[in-house]
Amino acid sequence: MVLQADTPVVSRPAVQSFDWSVPLVLLIAYGAVPFLASPYLIEAILLPFLALSLAGLGLNLLTGYAGQLSLGSAAFMAVGAFAAYNAQLRLGIGLPASIVLAAIASAAIGVIFGLPSLRLRGFYLAVSTLAAQFFVQWALTKFGWFSNYSASGVISTPRIAVLGQSFDSTVGRYLFALTVVAAITFLVHRLTTGPQAIDLIAVRDNETAAKVIGIPVLKTKLAAFALSSAIIGVAGVIWAYTYLRTVEPAGFNLDRSFQILFIIIIGGLATIRGAFLGAALIVVFPLLLSRFSSFAFQGAIDAGDIKLIERIVIGATIILFLIAEPNGLSALLGRATARLRAVLRRG
Amino acid sequence: MSFPFRFASVAFAAALISAPVLADDQYFPLQSYRVGPYAAGGTGFFGGFIDYMNLINTRDGGVNGVKLTWSEGETEYEVEKGVEVYQRLKSNPGVAAWNPLSVGIAYAMIDGVTADKTPLITVNHGRTDTTDGRVFPYVFPLLLNPYSETSGIINYIATKEGGLDKLRGKKITVLYHGSPYGKETIPIYELLAEKYGFTLNQIEVPHPGNEQQAQWLTIRRERPDYVVLRGWGVMNPVALTTAQRNGFPADHIIGNVWSNSEEDVRPAGDAAIGYTAITTQASGKDYPVVKEIEKTVYGAGQGNLTDQDRIGSVYHNLGIVNGILNVEAVRIAQAKFGNRTLSGDEVRWGFEHLQLSPERVKELGAENLFHSINVTYDNHEGEGYVTFQQWDGQKWNVVSDWIAPDWALLRPIIEKSSEAYAAEKGLPIRTEADVDHVEVLTN
Repeated sequence: MVLQADTPVVSRPAVQSFDWSVPLVLLIAYGAVPFLASPYLIEAILLPFLALSLAGLGLNLLTGYAGQLSLGSAAFMAVGAFAAYNAQLRLGIGLPASIVLAAIASAAIGVIFGLPSLRLRGFYLAVSTLAAQFFVQWALTKFGWFSNYSASGVISTPRIAVLGQSFDSTVGRYLFALTVVAAITFLVHRLTTGPQAIDLIAVRDNETAAKVIGIPVLKTKLAAFALSSAIIGVAGVIWAYTYLRTVEPAGFNLDRSFQILFIIIIGGLATIRGAFLGAALIVVFPLLLSRFSSFAFQGAIDAGDIKLIERIVIGATIILFLIAEPNGLSALLGRATARLRAVLRRG
Repeated sequence: MSFPFRFASVAFAAALISAPVLADDQYFPLQSYRVGPYAAGGTGFFGGFIDYMNLINTRDGGVNGVKLTWSEGETEYEVEKGVEVYQRLKSNPGVAAWNPLSVGIAYAMIDGVTADKTPLITVNHGRTDTTDGRVFPYVFPLLLNPYSETSGIINYIATKEGGLDKLRGKKITVLYHGSPYGKETIPIYELLAEKYGFTLNQIEVPHPGNEQQAQWLTIRRERPDYVVLRGWGVMNPVALTTAQRNGFPADHIIGNVWSNSEEDVRPAGDAAIGYTAITTQASGKDYPVVKEIEKTVYGAGQGNLTDQDRIGSVYHNLGIVNGILNVEAVRIAQAKFGNRTLSGDEVRWGFEHLQLSPERVKELGAENLFHSINVTYDNHEGEGYVTFQQWDGQKWNVVSDWIAPDWALLRPIIEKSSEAYAAEKGLPIRTEADVDHVEVLTN
């Protein structure tokens, strides 16, 4: 399998035309969406999309670039969400500072559960990261301190305010989430085009060879775990604070970890836009399908059966996508734009 | 584009966007769940609710001529899906009330419905301190909040043992579902244990609860006098069969209000015989309203349950009772505001005056199906009564009178919790004068 991230290792063409797509997307996201989008679009689609994209981005650093398979993503999201809540509650600090603390807390937990990666590889590592998934959920449920002894274990998040400016409205929460995601995406982009990315990819492609040419394999692996967990932790904060506005440990279960893994597999491993494309498919496609089926079949088929058919359709679509393009939506998009450019140049 | 054509297309677009409001109607958005581990509860409850609304529409032509409408969105009992459905359906005109039947979803909606000024009904469950309507004007844990349920169960065990003073020295184990719903009663069991002097052990069963060997080994070692099953979905039959395997007698297991359905005991077979559970609404078809639904709604092929054997089952009857409570709240609000489509806030006023005496319940064809309700602006639960039913392998038999939970004992705890919430969120404490501040329909 040829991954896109192989490109930074080979020399790039000296003159590259400026890519206008990113500024354009940002312009729409900041300039148009807040004014045009309905509350439903923001609350039910864009906010979970942003949170899951960020989580996918974090996992992609670890799995896509550094080649370490992890099934603990939801646990790191939970660590982030609960750490931010407790930091605000107990230290009385603002949300930006508590996001930084949440990232540090998730990174620390990530390093601890990354230690087995020094000995284990592939599926064996995936099984050991499952421990994170179960341990974190158990600890958050077992010790009432984490949820401030709330009777049901559900906490409602504090209001979002930065420097006295409230971001509590629908648009405010969207802008807050968008800004955090855009900033972190920019940092990840810098990282993956920089020299550190070569270390990550070397470890992924051939660990022994990497060690021979003097790449610090242990340090690289743990750094990947720390950074990835920190980003996923921030995604957990976005998920809890801007989207659901309540946090409960059961919301960060194994299903969520799988969902994030599927996002990067479907979107494209070792690419940045892959996380966004995958999250878009995972979030939006089931909704579109459910809107369509309730519109088309309401009353004709039992509502429960419609749901089961939808699940089959979603599963089949994912399989078809992966057969058609094993490198994910990102590669599909790359081919499409290349073809479009060729047509434009000729035309 | 010529003018008439443009006009037609605008009209067409408008018709697509808003449901045609020809006559007045009142809309119920339903966050139902018909697939997933809790589908039995979802299909029964929402089936009963829809069947009752259908009955009102076909038999009475709506509530005082106002038709009831509804549409469903599948939540699979998951919080994110519930939130999505809430966002999707809330823009429909004439929303009366929300009934998500999930504590997790209800928690995530509290801020939203308070801003929308629309009632959120959590019949027989919910966040206990929302009982205090002074702090939560739009949330109604009708009939039975989790604390009252706990008190009712302990009172029932006491009557079996011969009085509350006989509880001293007894051992009671609570087996609870590892979810917000399951954990809601932990502190209140501790309080009652302290008050009545019984030894308490509370054990969690992780969601969804299909593996309980370890928990029952602990129970086997500790030999409690009673096990209270605070389960949900698949956890219940598994608990009963595992209990049998470990030699714990079924008639010393007391189920809570979400462990009391046919779907909970049938899969357990013989292991469930003798098992007793609390309920706010009796099961069976021996009630005029259930018979009428079977005749009018199912007779016309409009019934919502695919399996007609489930008519009159516990969840179906709960859905019917929930339908009665919602419809009567609308009717009470109509008496004040007029027989038209009401705003969510007007329906809230109706719920805050939802007082159905046993006589009124009889008029509604629901005598002994449920006892009565008495909601006020500061008591959003409405003092529901409970009864206990025992499973004989075929059906549930009522084995107690209507029992009143110890509301006076619970109220100070509820107020303490709700006042803390109000302080944390900076909310005002309502007084009786605020009840009549009602926002009229704007859409």
